[in-house]
Amino acid sequence: MYPKGLRALSISTVVAMTAALALVFFYAPLEAEQGFLQKIFYVHVPLAIISLCGFVLGGVLAIQHLRTRDPRWDLRSYVVIHISIVFAMATLITGSIWAKGSWGHWWVWSEPTLVSFLIVFLLYATYQPLRFAIEDPERQSRYASVFAVTAGAFVPMNFIAVRMSTAYLHPRVLGSTSNLPGSMALTFLVSLLAMTLLFATLCNYELTAKRARARLRALKRRLAAEGEPQRTPRSAAPAALPVQPSTAGTAS
Amino acid sequence: MSVTAPRLADPAPEQLRPTVSSRRVVATLLRKELLVELRTLESVPAMSLFSLATFVIFHFALNRGSVEGDLGAGILWVTLLFAAILGVNRLFVADAEQGGFDGFLLAPVDRSAMMVAKALTLLAYLLVLELVAVPAFAILLLGPSLWPALGGIALTLLLGDLGVAVIGTLVGALAVRTRARDLLGPLLSLPLFVPIVIGGARATAPLLAYAHRGGLSGRWLATLGVYDLLFGLIAYALFDFLLED
Repeated sequence: MYPKGLRALSISTVVAMTAALALVFFYAPLEAEQGFLQKIFYVHVPLAIISLCGFVLGGVLAIQHLRTRDPRWDLRSYVVIHISIVFAMATLITGSIWAKGSWGHWWVWSEPTLVSFLIVFLLYATYQPLRFAIEDPERQSRYASVFAVTAGAFVPMNFIAVRMSTAYLHPRVLGSTSNLPGSMALTFLVSLLAMTLLFATLCNYELTAKRARARLRALKRRLAAEGEPQRTPRSAAPAALPVQPSTAGTAS
Repeated sequence: MSVTAPRLADPAPEQLRPTVSSRRVVATLLRKELLVELRTLESVPAMSLFSLATFVIFHFALNRGSVEGDLGAGILWVTLLFAAILGVNRLFVADAEQGGFDGFLLAPVDRSAMMVAKALTLLAYLLVLELVAVPAFAILLLGPSLWPALGGIALTLLLGDLGVAVIGTLVGALAVRTRARDLLGPLLSLPLFVPIVIGGARATAPLLAYAHRGGLSGRWLATLGVYDLLFGLIAYALFDFLLED
């Protein structure tokens, strides 16, 4: 039922997360100005990087879907974008907390990264409503892919535009990783690795769940043969899954 | 239950390559769009009226007799973009409801022609809208005189309009065959319009200030131009996929 590497992936995620948190709290030195608060950097920045990469990756997978018309690519694109939206929400919350702690306001318009992130988040927040609003599964996946490619390309453009609009910049932690003291850089890199693993694990779990549900539905349908029509729950997830009863579980 | 992907992957009309030049197709489509608009007067009057009403709303909401600089540029761009969204929402409705898409797909012509024609249509709508809205803005709300800055404002608006037309065409086509068409259109287009607002409002703000100091900044015009170009390419590449059924 489960894909092969899932257990190993889950275990390594747990190990990496534990290691990252241990490094954050016991190894990384306290920052001179911000003190303990600065430790949110090790959660916030990796979350932000991963979710932005996830959005772009969702666009790349969507291109693959538009080229091949294989619904599996659409499913991957959907899952990656879905988890990225969750990560983006966590990024906004942690960023807001950090802003409140260090600048005294929950929201700071002069921080371009935060603002761009909100815009990107607002755009991607329409991804699921868009899917919900289209009945035909084939058209739903096609339109969602067009959206994913557009939005994926929009992410870097938007960042550049918002960055340009800000007159002055706060001293940036990201982009100056080389300036970090060695112990902080190491902690940051381990946190980034742990977040990446977490992202991959969550995506894999969701993919597995979606495939299992599709397979279950197919089996039920076969059982019920000409029985009463199946009630399919309303979902924004791609419905047209390839069902290969023998290999559905192991195909990646 | 097998997948229909292979069948859909290679659409038949590979042999039926366009026999008519794309330019003629675009011209014909554009003529049809403008003719329909002239006969029904569905979009442009509504957009213009909307912009006038919005200026009145801004007057009362801000409690100001006149605006200038940042505030003036912001009001102008917000009003124009919201009015544009009205046009975006209507842009494909007739095609979706009255078989325009089917008729177009049956014709042996390049599909991207429809995207170009629709974008030009929207651009024409926006230009007419601005012929009404900008003078009205100058009379109703703008403090300083518009004349010295007219050229720069016209250029900035044109660059902004190109971007709005391209994005609006893509978003309109994306939203028109969904259930919540009128909700999704604005939700999808507003975030995509943000870079246009940044470029447009920043470029026009110094032109609308009392002291015409800043002049036109090439930086913001370049931002608008690059954004227009990139989104034009994206929309051109993706539009075909929205027209397949």
